[in-house]
Amino acid sequence: MTTLIDPPKISFRLSQLIYDTRYRSITIQVIASILLIAGIYWLVNNTIQNLAALGKDFDFGFLTQPAGYDINQRLIGYTSQSSHGMAALVGILNTLLVAFLGCLLATVLGVTAGVLRLSNNWVVSRLMAVYVEGFRNVPLLLWIIAIMALMTEGMSRIREFRVGGDAGMILNDSVAVTNRGIYIPSVILENGFMTSSAMNWLVLLVILMISLFFVRGVRKRSDAVQEDTGVRPTTWYKQLIILVIPVGLVMVLMGAELQYPELRGFNFSDGIHLRNSLIALWLALSLYTGAFIAEIVRAGILAISKGQSEAAFALGLRPNRTTSLVILPQAMRVIIPPLISQYLNLTKNSSLAIAVGYMDVRSTLGGITINQTGRELEGMLLLGAFYLVLSLTISGAMNVYNNRTQLQER
Amino acid sequence: MKNSVLLSAMTIAGLAAGAAAAGTLDDVKARGTLNCGVTTGLVGFAAPDANGVWEGFDVGMCRALAAAVLGDPNAVEFVPTTGSTRFTALASGEIDFLARNTTWTFSRDVDLKFEFIGINYYDGQGFMVPRALGVSSAKDLDGATVCIQTGTTTELNLADYFRSNNISYEPVPIETNAEGQQQYLAGACDTYTTDASGLAATRATFENPDDHVLLPEIISKEPLGPLVRHGDNEWADVARWTLNALVAAEELGVTSANIAEMANGTNNPEINRLLGTEGGLGAMLGLGSDWAMNAIMAGGNYGELFEKNIGENTPIGLARGLNAMWTEGGLIYTPPFR
Repeated sequence: MTTLIDPPKISFRLSQLIYDTRYRSITIQVIASILLIAGIYWLVNNTIQNLAALGKDFDFGFLTQPAGYDINQRLIGYTSQSSHGMAALVGILNTLLVAFLGCLLATVLGVTAGVLRLSNNWVVSRLMAVYVEGFRNVPLLLWIIAIMALMTEGMSRIREFRVGGDAGMILNDSVAVTNRGIYIPSVILENGFMTSSAMNWLVLLVILMISLFFVRGVRKRSDAVQEDTGVRPTTWYKQLIILVIPVGLVMVLMGAELQYPELRGFNFSDGIHLRNSLIALWLALSLYTGAFIAEIVRAGILAISKGQSEAAFALGLRPNRTTSLVILPQAMRVIIPPLISQYLNLTKNSSLAIAVGYMDVRSTLGGITINQTGRELEGMLLLGAFYLVLSLTISGAMNVYNNRTQLQER
Repeated sequence: MKNSVLLSAMTIAGLAAGAAAAGTLDDVKARGTLNCGVTTGLVGFAAPDANGVWEGFDVGMCRALAAAVLGDPNAVEFVPTTGSTRFTALASGEIDFLARNTTWTFSRDVDLKFEFIGINYYDGQGFMVPRALGVSSAKDLDGATVCIQTGTTTELNLADYFRSNNISYEPVPIETNAEGQQQYLAGACDTYTTDASGLAATRATFENPDDHVLLPEIISKEPLGPLVRHGDNEWADVARWTLNALVAAEELGVTSANIAEMANGTNNPEINRLLGTEGGLGAMLGLGSDWAMNAIMAGGNYGELFEKNIGENTPIGLARGLNAMWTEGGLIYTPPFR
């Protein structure tokens, strides 16, 4: 006779928490979280106690107080009477500016160098190897300072541009390369439709976006024609016309005019002043990060099986078409994820601006403001939060792009 | 990034933990050295000499305090600080005493929670320009590029001065005096502005000091003084009265040359109280009776420190001016030792 016996119920013993694999992981996790919470509690408590001992409170009111200091590079209106919050905003915009310019140039440099390093031309591939290894293996700070020193010590002084001096403006007297930075012509809108010049530029930007939309339409149509007939119509002149004519026309209507830098008094005035600090930081960040991106691009291309390019050649595609139509689209899937981290690195590395006095958010909010108000904790927390939000935004946007270039499995 | 927020919070919390410890006087005695914050290098005020030994007017203040507390003027750990790191270093307890051409202002005293122990140099902000520029007044500097140390009162004065005179300028922010000197000499800025004493000290190190002029305008009051953390009154008293002892010594004619003789007792009771043969003032501060004697012997009295480091016979060549004794038309004055 068979009886169905329940498995004997083993009563729970404490030692099971350690020796029983079913419970062990839970035990470890509980202990770890208790330690973590205790650690955080200790930190917060310690901070509160010590702030109290120093007689300091935790207050963000300083952000509305007048800042009192001037900032040389301002993308928005700011005077020394503006608030510390405005100063932080000016710094944030400067950080965004150098990060944007840096990511752009680093990508161009990186992709070019990465592709060229795989060139069959020995001289070209060696040159790119020298660039990549040279920049990748020397600390970024040194490059920033080196470029800054090159600009301040190597370029002509302002006084040499005066009458009788031996320096002159280049490119038909439109660009002045001085040891205070580079002055380039700017475009001004004499009689815009809107009152403020920023609004006028916004109008132009909107028109440009609309043009781009139509250009996309033209491209889609030629794609369809190509699908049907196998012959792609020539549309580059149409695209060019759509892109240039409307914006150009509106700019003429607004009285757009080139304003050349002109030496007046102590400095060049008018035109756009690219300060040494911006140039040094921008170039160093781009060259440095570009070297890393070059390696990522090279790795991405090498990850594509050789059969792909051989097949493309067999179909009669020329080498540059093979690269742009077959290799790069596939390589992008490998390239983009590490590229995101490079963009994040570049953005965060821009806080090295302090070395050359570029007024980014680290220098305004995290430097002068903290120093003048004594709000180290608040300032550093705000600064951390800003970089956190910025990094998450960049990586979020890049992830969207990544998902679009991923292999669409059907 | 989450980590770095946490890390910065941890750093600040950790630094603050140092500050909340027992009295600074006991800490310094237990440690056996004084941690003294000075500049990263301003000849005459604080700079290492060819052998790496720190010397200068502010350094003399550090040495006097170390001598008063520990009996040894060399028991000092010099911590170089920049205009923007000095306050964090002091507030966090990394240094015990900050002697770094720091201007006494309301907000630093009240809001930043520091205690200025006195004024050891009455200064004002000036401008230095190359002679070749042909500028004779700061009001002619409309549109000029100005090198300015960040995190200083001079930065705020500069903004105020140009705004009130309705002229514009382009600031070039720099971190240390050395950086400012390099940028100025390279011509990356038209003028360098900081405390007039700092300008004189900087100019003295130039290859051709005569090619540069200080403009006549002094655009601000810059009473420079050493400072300590707010809330530790015993330590503030020790520091304050060490500075006062140096001033009193000059007033009473006590110098490093005659102090040994005077320490045996004189007819002047105030000198006796200062040098510890009468009154027991040292014990009230929690120091030995010879504290002031040690402080004065470290580098001489106030006048000796001034003449030796920044006075008219040095390359820096600053006249006493406002910094003469009150008996000689200056502002240097000390409450009585009684």
